[in-house]
Amino acid sequence: MLLRLVPDNTKIKFMWLRKVSFPLSILLVIASLAGFFLIGLNYGIDFKGGTIIEIKTDGPADIAGIRSDLSDLNLGDVQVQEFGGSDDILIRVEEQPGGETAQQSVVNKIRTIFEDQNVEFRRVEVVGPRVSGELAQAGAIAVAASLLAILFYIWFRFEWQFAIGAILTTANDVVVTIGLFVVLQLDFSLSSIAAVLTIIGYSLNDTVVVYDRIRENLRKYKKRPLPEVLDLSINETLSRTMMTSVTTLLALIALYVFGGEVIQSFTLAMIFGIVIGTYSSIFLAAPFLILFNLRAEAMSPNDDEKGPEAKASV
Amino acid sequence: MLYFARWKIALIVLVVAAGILTTLPNFFSKEQLESWPDFLPKKQMVLGLDLQGGAYLLYEIDKEDYIKGRYEILESDIRDALLRGEGGRINYTGLGVRADGVQLRIRDVTRLSEAEERLQPLVNPLASSVFGGQAVNEFDLAVTDDGLVRFTYSEQGLQDRLTNIVQQSIEVIRRRVDEIGTTEPSIQRQGSDRILVEAPGESDPEQLKRIIGETAILSFHMVDTSMSGEQALQSRPPAGTVVRMSVDDPPFPYLLEAAPLLKGDDLVDAQVSFDQRSNEPVVNFRFNQSGARKFAQITQQNVGRPFAIVLDNEVISAPVIREPITGGSGQISGSFSVEGANELAVLLRAGALPAKLTVIEERSIGPGLGADSIESGKLASIIGGVAVVVFMVLAYGRFGVIADLALMANICLIFGALTLLQATLTLPGIAGIVLTIGMAVDANVLIFERIREEVRAGRSAISAVDAGFSRALGTILDANITTLIAAVILFQLGSGPVRGFAVTLAIGIFTTVFSAFTFSRLLVAMWLRRRRPSKLPI
Repeated sequence: MLLRLVPDNTKIKFMWLRKVSFPLSILLVIASLAGFFLIGLNYGIDFKGGTIIEIKTDGPADIAGIRSDLSDLNLGDVQVQEFGGSDDILIRVEEQPGGETAQQSVVNKIRTIFEDQNVEFRRVEVVGPRVSGELAQAGAIAVAASLLAILFYIWFRFEWQFAIGAILTTANDVVVTIGLFVVLQLDFSLSSIAAVLTIIGYSLNDTVVVYDRIRENLRKYKKRPLPEVLDLSINETLSRTMMTSVTTLLALIALYVFGGEVIQSFTLAMIFGIVIGTYSSIFLAAPFLILFNLRAEAMSPNDDEKGPEAKASV
Repeated sequence: MLYFARWKIALIVLVVAAGILTTLPNFFSKEQLESWPDFLPKKQMVLGLDLQGGAYLLYEIDKEDYIKGRYEILESDIRDALLRGEGGRINYTGLGVRADGVQLRIRDVTRLSEAEERLQPLVNPLASSVFGGQAVNEFDLAVTDDGLVRFTYSEQGLQDRLTNIVQQSIEVIRRRVDEIGTTEPSIQRQGSDRILVEAPGESDPEQLKRIIGETAILSFHMVDTSMSGEQALQSRPPAGTVVRMSVDDPPFPYLLEAAPLLKGDDLVDAQVSFDQRSNEPVVNFRFNQSGARKFAQITQQNVGRPFAIVLDNEVISAPVIREPITGGSGQISGSFSVEGANELAVLLRAGALPAKLTVIEERSIGPGLGADSIESGKLASIIGGVAVVVFMVLAYGRFGVIADLALMANICLIFGALTLLQATLTLPGIAGIVLTIGMAVDANVLIFERIREEVRAGRSAISAVDAGFSRALGTILDANITTLIAAVILFQLGSGPVRGFAVTLAIGIFTTVFSAFTFSRLLVAMWLRRRRPSKLPI
């Protein structure tokens, strides 16, 4: 007997559930935005400038000792924490006033502390004020540009309602993921941008699969009311949506547990994003179409020639 | 959808085989690969700095410092032109370097046009950037009727200079780095005024930074003995002299004649050797012909007087000239360590940087962390992969096995493509591969779920499979193209680690669509043809 995550022929009333899912999502989005503006992201050095040094000590590290040694250097805000083990220490130093060269002296000063100890410098990253500003800008542009490009692609392949629906769904995922970064105060770095963009890609992937089925069913059942067609489409694709989420999550959880400390916040964001992306493609993507008055008549016959699936839809 | 022409089958098998072949070298050591026959591919994947350890240094030209230096030279050129030009002295006031240019006022407004004529050549037409016959000047010259004259850097002039400076700097850096010879960094221009140095395997970039960061402008000055360095520091140094500190600890001030006797440009060679008496390391240098002639003349005229060897405005040594040096070679002895002497010799041989460079971004990863990252990346990929493979068999039985075979072919193709393109594999890149493993099965899931539906709708085995594949195609394309768009934009706008992720993600999308639509379809078709089942095990 084969494993079925979702039984055959489910008839869950997702359109009715939107009375729950819409307010819930709106609440989450508002909370995330509030967190973003009131508390703010815990920006890493990529966007804030500053220095990160990871060291491996001989035996368990004396964190308190390192802290007090560092505070003698007058480097401003300095954080010392364990990073994956008691002999692995991560030191973060905030950006120093005084421009680009001031950042460089931080590393030299810290090196002098550990000069006579047997310490391995595993990682040193210094980002100056100019670069950090540019990276932040490039990151924001990347997210906006990909959303826009995908908007146009879906508009071209589907109707405009689908494009708007897909973008709203995806924007929801991005905002809520950012909310997670705020709540857990995860380090928001360049790879977090990569994580957010992957979530965009994945969530859209999911949404497009659902929309594809909706488009097909709208052509097939021209007489049936829209909510019914939407419900049918989601139920039909439910099994696939769950299967893909599970396999992707399996791979990501392996990466989270075994992939090492460096990419842990990256994978955590992605795991969360996959869950949110799956939720939104089921509970948000299709109900959005009702909001924008999508009708079966909108699917004009000449649309059929647009895609390769034209032959398949009888 | 289930009929394959022979040539198509051959092509599919060939592609997958090529993927496996290009992936294989990555599992062997370099030594083992040596013994492979020549017709087999031997290229291995390029590992990013975060995986093999190394240093990433982003330099920026210190524009303000450079402009200031140019303005200072311009200022003295203006003085020369007005005071000593043909046609007699033209008086002026308030000549000085401002934040936005060099400014002065001509006293006698009636001679303004004459002054303008003399100053005109100083705008310095740039031969290298003639756009459509219209020459570009380095400086813009503005003259107002009340006698105010102002030089400012022209936009294009500055761009042109920066382009040249970056070019020259890259050459100088390359010469310097080649001289140390420990690593083979890549040195590239980035943007208009930046240089990116990536040194794989270099875990401690301090030496690299020292050797790149020095401007290394060498000059020889006579020491002014009219007063001591300390006195000059307290009062004002006499006209035409400057105070420079020595590199000693604590630094010692020297009063030097501002105009250099000789510059580092005249050097042709510099080598480390050991002083015969003290056995301390020293740097021997040799001048070219004209430098040797000048040096001989100077040393003849100044026997018994001290002169200073100045590197980047610091006095490294100030020996007394004992006898005329006519052979064109000399020796710098300071209190050097062997390493310090070596670095100085390298800097002198490689020449000076045309402008000051500042590190604006630095990332260095030790080899230990890199190796750990590879290990944990491998472990995570294997565990994630096995989990997905097992799950697919549980969910789809025989079809799951086919999906798993397609997944393996897919992974081989990704690795093969990465190896073939010599794209850099980074830690986020590994994450991209793991994510692709998860998502790769999506294409198969879409197909299989569709087949299940068709079976439920009452179709026969073959027609259900056929419909499953053809109906899922459009969906799969739409879904993957949207992800591809995100990957492409990520690559375009991202930097460093993000790019590595985008590359693997994009390659993964292509190989996923290929393996689902050709390889796994071929396997399903072959299985159907052999077994001819009436009911599908799905």
